[in-house]
Amino acid sequence: MTRALITFVVLFVIAIFTYFGLALVEPLQGSYWFLSFVFVLLGWALAWAISWVVDAVLMTMKAPLRVGNFLVPALFGVTIIVAWEYYVKGSHIPLVLLPAPTQIGAKFLNSLPILGADFVQTILRAVIPGWLMGCGAGFLVALLCDRIDFLRRGLLPLGNLVAALPIVGVAPILVMWFGFDWPSKAAMVVVMTFFPMLINTLAGLNASGHMERDLMKSYGADWLTTLVKLRLPAAMPFIFNALKINSTLAMIGAIVAEFFGTPIVGMGFRMSTEVGRQGLDMVWSEILVAAIAGSTFYGLLTLSERAVTFWHPSYRK
Amino acid sequence: MRIDFAKGSVFPVAVVCLVILVLWYLAAIPMNAIVTQPKIDAAGGGLYNTLLLSWNHERPVLPAPHQVALEVWKTVFMVAPWKVKSLVYHLWITLSSTLVGFILGTLLGVILAIGIVHVGSLEKSLMPWIIASQTIPILAIAPMLIVVLGKTGLPDIFTKASISTYLCFFPVAIGMVKGLRSPDKLQLDLMQTYNASASQVLWKLRFPAAMPFLFASLKVSVAIALTGAIVAELPTGAVSGIGARLLQGSYYGQTLQIWAALFVAAFAAATLVWLLGAFERMSWKRMGVKP
Repeated sequence: MTRALITFVVLFVIAIFTYFGLALVEPLQGSYWFLSFVFVLLGWALAWAISWVVDAVLMTMKAPLRVGNFLVPALFGVTIIVAWEYYVKGSHIPLVLLPAPTQIGAKFLNSLPILGADFVQTILRAVIPGWLMGCGAGFLVALLCDRIDFLRRGLLPLGNLVAALPIVGVAPILVMWFGFDWPSKAAMVVVMTFFPMLINTLAGLNASGHMERDLMKSYGADWLTTLVKLRLPAAMPFIFNALKINSTLAMIGAIVAEFFGTPIVGMGFRMSTEVGRQGLDMVWSEILVAAIAGSTFYGLLTLSERAVTFWHPSYRK
Repeated sequence: MRIDFAKGSVFPVAVVCLVILVLWYLAAIPMNAIVTQPKIDAAGGGLYNTLLLSWNHERPVLPAPHQVALEVWKTVFMVAPWKVKSLVYHLWITLSSTLVGFILGTLLGVILAIGIVHVGSLEKSLMPWIIASQTIPILAIAPMLIVVLGKTGLPDIFTKASISTYLCFFPVAIGMVKGLRSPDKLQLDLMQTYNASASQVLWKLRFPAAMPFLFASLKVSVAIALTGAIVAELPTGAVSGIGARLLQGSYYGQTLQIWAALFVAAFAAATLVWLLGAFERMSWKRMGVKP
């Protein structure tokens, strides 16, 4: 713990010196970027040192593990944000390059209606319907493949191949086919989410053991009963894995498709125009919206996964 | 022969590919009708004219497979690879930033994983943020980051590569943490009875044990590195690279150009994954694993 404290103090003193150094040098020159780099590294190291100290303190206090698992990363994040704020304020870095967290927050609160409209256009109209359709289709085709072995052997290698391809490139074609509004974005999401779901569901359907399947057979259970009672529950961890991967892919697909043509609303549209107008605080506000929406989506999926696959070893105490 | 048909996957894959090709040709007829119908009517209709005109339009809504193949052939083999019209030139621009980003990302991921496995507080503080970092759809904001990073005066290839790096480090870090922790208690105890130092345990036990995890992660990350490099080239006024070809194609309605760029990119992705598979098999041989 003393070692941790000493490390923290030393890092803190160096950081203060770098900070004043930054204010003195000419902005956007060689030495400026060097000091910036040092400051960023120091900010990260400080965050780490703080979590080290907190970790050590919690250890000596014998606090429950859960407190540390929450407190340490939270403090780490807060330190990074504070360092970011001070870096922007102290280094005279232009807004065009990097806005401060407080500026982003102010912009976010001031432009809630615009952000809300973009959220509806991109998330509610494109991401969620596309995600539902893509995952649904992938799941149904996986069930079909499971019934017809020939189809499985034909589609699985192709699916594995397609999952590794840069599918976002299809976006211009889809925009050409389905028009500028949200249907082309939803179609993009469907294309992006289909194959991960197909592959994962197929892998999951094979996850139940031979013994268990033999037991079902000895009960005289038919394909449907075996599927519902044994194989689908066993496949759930895989299916949720695909749902989680797809939640990120869906956001990416919808926003990237907006770069190829949109009506004048939507998160991708807003970001690309605001970059052109040098409104970086607005861009960061959209990123904040995307991060909040993405994390909420992911969090909800994790919660429902815990409810559905409570029996899985990773959730057992 | 019957057994081959029943067990192997070559025949089913061939059949599925054939079905896709047939569906593709069939779909080209109604989808191209918007642009081809007047010409078909002018030529006097009939099946022959319909097929001929639907499958050979200059700017089709959906180009027929042979048109795409011909365009790929023309832009890859019939043009000198250093000319702007050559897809090889554009592919090289994209691949170079993909590879730089892939290598940097892999190094970062491995270093993070080694740190996380060895330092307890690093795991607690970093792991949640490594995971949170991936909930930001980085690909979606990649073009902005490129613009912003471009203003700092870094060379173009590094700004593009930074996107690939960001995408790559995550699968590698997660896979390597799992891999470096995969040796079981007995093996670690044995190393302790040998009085092995931490670095010896790392190099002689943890690293070899992590190899399967590393290669699985590398295959994922090389594919997303390529995607990252392509997206990084999108609305940034980039004039070369696969992404720039896609964007130009969509601006000028050059469907054939888009499809050709897509197929070349797909081929490159498949080759990269295959190459990593070959490296994996080489590492098996080197470590004496029997496949």
